[in-house]
Amino acid sequence: MSEQRKKTTIVLFSGDYDKAMAAYIIANGAAAYDHDVTIFHTFWGLNALRKDEAVPTKKGFLEKMFAFMMPRGADKMGLSKMNFAGMGPKMIKQVIKKHNAMPLPDLIEMAKEQGVKLVACQMTIDLLGLKQEEIMDGVDFAGVAAYLAEAEEGNVNLFI
Amino acid sequence: MKADKTLDAKGLSCPMPIVKTKKAINELESGQILEVVTTDKGSKSDISAWVKSTGHDLLDVKEENGEFTFFIQKG
Repeated sequence: MSEQRKKTTIVLFSGDYDKAMAAYIIANGAAAYDHDVTIFHTFWGLNALRKDEAVPTKKGFLEKMFAFMMPRGADKMGLSKMNFAGMGPKMIKQVIKKHNAMPLPDLIEMAKEQGVKLVACQMTIDLLGLKQEEIMDGVDFAGVAAYLAEAEEGNVNLFI
Repeated sequence: MKADKTLDAKGLSCPMPIVKTKKAINELESGQILEVVTTDKGSKSDISAWVKSTGHDLLDVKEENGEFTFFIQKG
């Protein structure tokens, strides 16, 4: 196809498992539509990119508290509704299996495989006291200008 | 209809049928035919929409015993 490729951008602000799942399903779909896809992770959405193992870092007290209270990685995120102190995510993962849908960590892997660009917002990384070492490999670090540069050419731009 | 390649996407849920279809069609030459079999009820609309937007041709769709069979000609 000679025409210019279309673009999809998604801002993932939410740190909820279900909302992140929706974002990554759309991202994977858009990649299959031959779009250039970028997901900008900011605030709680950054947790989807966190490594699931503990990474030793030098941090102050507040940052340690944040790191402790936030989910470490996509699989540990809670639901936006019916979380029930962690029971909800367990139940939804069973239902996902039953319906042969893909759990969030697999959707993220699939997105990477399809060439979806994953970007972490550096300013909110700093705010939440995260360190780049705690973010999974293959993620770019950028700010609002990088987002706008993509979004102004975007055919589909979403904020989730 | 004779297909150059068959993709079994039975049992897979959204977005996998179109993700797999895209991968499979990438391996074909223009004009060749891909057969895709799915069971996801959403895939009927999904694959039709995908084919339309990505410049391929949907030659035929069959529905039988809860299985959908699509014949897609690469554009």
